[in-house]
Amino acid sequence: MARISLRVNNQTRVVEADPQTPLLYVLRDDLELHGPRFGCGLGQCGACTVIMDGKAVRSCSVAVSAAQNTKITTLEGLGTLEHPHPLQTAFIQEQAAQCAYCMNGMILVAKVLLDKNAHPSDDEIKQALNGNLCRCGSHLRVIRAVKRAAGEPVSA
Amino acid sequence: MDSNMDAKMDTKIDANTNEKTISRRQVLKGTGALVVAFNLFDPVSQVLAQVAPGAPGAANDEPQADALDSWIAIGRDGKVTVFTSKVDLGTGIETALSQIVAEELDVPFKAIHMEVGDTTKTVDQGVTAGSRTIERAGPQLRQAAAATRQQLLKMASAKLAVPIDRLTVTDGVVSVMGNGKKVSYGSLVGGKPFNVQIPATGVGWDLKVAPDARVKSPNDYKIVGTSVPRVDLPTKFTASFVYTQDVRIPGMLHGRVVRPATVNSKPASVDEDSVKDIPGIVKIVREGSFLAVVAQTEWAAIQAAKALKVTWTTPETKLPANSDAVYDYLLKTKSFAQRPVVNRGNADAAISQAAKSYEATFRWPFQMHGMMAPSCAVADVQGDKTTVYAPSQGPFDTRKRVATLLGVPEDSVQVIYREAAGCYGRLGTDDAAEDAVVMSRAVGKPVRVQWMREDEHGWEPKGPAQLLTVRAAVDASGNVVAWDFLDRSFPWTESGGQPLIASRQVGIKGQGQGALNGTGGGGDTYTFENQRIIAAAIPWVQPDPTPLRTSPLRAPGDLARVFASESFMDELAAAQGADPLQFRLHYAAKNQRAVDCLNAVGKLANWQARPAPAPAASGNIAKGRGIAVSARSTTVVAATAEVEVDRSTGEVTVKRVAVAHDCGLIINPDGLKNQIEGNVIQGTSRALMEEVKFDASGIHSLDWASYPIIRYEKIPSVDIVLIDRKDMPALGGGEPSIGPIPAAIANAIFDATGARLREAPFTPERVLAAMRSGARSTRA
Repeated sequence: MARISLRVNNQTRVVEADPQTPLLYVLRDDLELHGPRFGCGLGQCGACTVIMDGKAVRSCSVAVSAAQNTKITTLEGLGTLEHPHPLQTAFIQEQAAQCAYCMNGMILVAKVLLDKNAHPSDDEIKQALNGNLCRCGSHLRVIRAVKRAAGEPVSA
Repeated sequence: MDSNMDAKMDTKIDANTNEKTISRRQVLKGTGALVVAFNLFDPVSQVLAQVAPGAPGAANDEPQADALDSWIAIGRDGKVTVFTSKVDLGTGIETALSQIVAEELDVPFKAIHMEVGDTTKTVDQGVTAGSRTIERAGPQLRQAAAATRQQLLKMASAKLAVPIDRLTVTDGVVSVMGNGKKVSYGSLVGGKPFNVQIPATGVGWDLKVAPDARVKSPNDYKIVGTSVPRVDLPTKFTASFVYTQDVRIPGMLHGRVVRPATVNSKPASVDEDSVKDIPGIVKIVREGSFLAVVAQTEWAAIQAAKALKVTWTTPETKLPANSDAVYDYLLKTKSFAQRPVVNRGNADAAISQAAKSYEATFRWPFQMHGMMAPSCAVADVQGDKTTVYAPSQGPFDTRKRVATLLGVPEDSVQVIYREAAGCYGRLGTDDAAEDAVVMSRAVGKPVRVQWMREDEHGWEPKGPAQLLTVRAAVDASGNVVAWDFLDRSFPWTESGGQPLIASRQVGIKGQGQGALNGTGGGGDTYTFENQRIIAAAIPWVQPDPTPLRTSPLRAPGDLARVFASESFMDELAAAQGADPLQFRLHYAAKNQRAVDCLNAVGKLANWQARPAPAPAASGNIAKGRGIAVSARSTTVVAATAEVEVDRSTGEVTVKRVAVAHDCGLIINPDGLKNQIEGNVIQGTSRALMEEVKFDASGIHSLDWASYPIIRYEKIPSVDIVLIDRKDMPALGGGEPSIGPIPAAIANAIFDATGARLREAPFTPERVLAAMRSGARSTRA
């Protein structure tokens, strides 16, 4: 066990953990965050995505020790119910989910995309999100939500 | 933002209160911590606090269907709490049911709060499945709401001293027509129970509640029929929603299961020393052939479950060697149950005497539910009280199984529903609940169990494999005069109260051979002079445990049946040189809703009449279009698909799908469209790429690389036309529209290439093989 300091959602959090513990379990079990979700533990589905130093990463596949000295943003760090981030608002407006278990990853990957490319094409959105799996089939709505967040016209 | 507050309260409940020990009786008496948790719904807690034991609904600890208070409570501020055992599986059903209640009660939608799926607070309305929630539970709640409204009008009439027929209700306020006197629901009853008995007969899906309570005419609906946004999504998009995976209770430990590789394999010996260096191990739980690890932390449990050295027995039974062996077994094994869906005239005689006859056999593989969230549950077995948090489709079924497993009375077990990822049929979530119960009993503390991805892929009950044979006869004038359809399917071995993995591992035996895979059908949209449609269940008896156990998978059995019947209709149309849409319209003429759907989808897709296949075009990419129609239960769907087939690789891309959908009266159009889009995309995935891979040594589809599902790059565009029938009851929309998707795609591949696919999924290899064989029809 080791004392590990993390910078999560602009707060410094200190935990006691095995340094090899995947970041996901520390975020969920020690910091009690609900945004990053366990989907496969293999880096295949994207449900556990967090933003680390501006990049979307799979928190199931990053040891917590490697997350020290980075800036981590989870879904909680984007916006709140009372003050949602424009992406969250766009997802609500497009009703872009069914179960929404995977939507943590979709929203955060979209955030990283829009930070780099304010007006992505449909193909660029699909390409960015292609590594994130969704079983409910909400893909079309997610694409519309990302376009809406980018201020693009959205056809139903 | 009422709904948002609910979810936040849930967080508090899970994190800070000991909800697990609170019975409805305690809630009713106002002695439970839940009252604290309800502080934002203070009037509700007041209502609950004042329902005396012995009053209707409080005769024992469980709500009774014939007590109005079991269904609806109204707070002083007019907030309405609805109690239902129907659960939201991520489809938005809670929003739709809230609309139904708000409409019938004449209160604003935002006044509704749903208490969902807690066995101590709700009446058992049966499992949430089969696209039957709107169809069956909708009327139950609507009638309860109508009875509540009647009761409130009676109270208002007494209070205002005017006859009921002079009263009108708007937004929960009763007014006297003509004189401006008003009284709100909240001031009439807020803080008090109704103590009114209502008629209730039947159980579960067939429960009839206050059937004589007068309901509104659909023509007067203001909330039903509108696209009210989902109540759960804002909390889900901001991470304040509480999934089962997020439930935390004090003192909770973490468990992981240790499963064998194959059927009927049991732990012969376990080397506990192999994990002794992992810090935080609490116990290796071994009971019968059940094996699991409980630890202080999730990471320790994961490492230990992986590192634990187990010597497994080598079972005599093996899984089939491959899918060919499965289909051969399905063909040669006598069925144990048959359901004749249609039996008209004499199909055998007509086929033997016909001018032309046709026959084809279709194959559908084992497929996975493929839930994004591996199965998870939290259980706390404490003395004579057990609490389980699980994403159960049937909380009462789970309660029964857990009680049997523990050998305790059912009323000592409380099952509390919490959502997980979309499940699309009964899968491992109830297994995880049993796992958690066995582990919690072994360590005397609450245990949270989450399956790893390989546990989920390996051990979720699979959608059954099917082998379907279709024969038809055509007379000298080209009319189809006989249709003979036989669906040979494995049953659901894990449904109908059968014990699940942990129960079986500790020695509880399953009973019978399982239930038929769905409702049957296959060509029943059409009427032929001689017509026989049979669903047969082939015994699938594998020793416990088996990773090829089976359960309902979304629109159970329908994808295969519609793939076979609608592909075959397409073959018959092609053989007669007929346009596939016109050919279908002719034989569906007695089914007006099918005709309407076919015409609507034809219009939406701009369908131009011509026979298939399309005239050959030059170039490597062949384009085609296909159509299919089907009914599931009482919902009718027609779909077209437009595909591109790469002739050199066999790769199929579905470019566009159009759907015409008739599920009677529509509750929430956007919610329904969301369901349909999801059905199209999931159906495309199951048609093009999904097949459980296995051999005698075990399942080989153990992650998303070995069981791929559709990604953004392959998503078709989806156009939808909804047929709203205000003169009909509201019917199911959760799964019917997945039925025709594989058939429409297969028919489009035929249109593009002239190659007929008879086995799903339509992988590039199978498409290339079909193109090479050049089989265009199957004249027998």
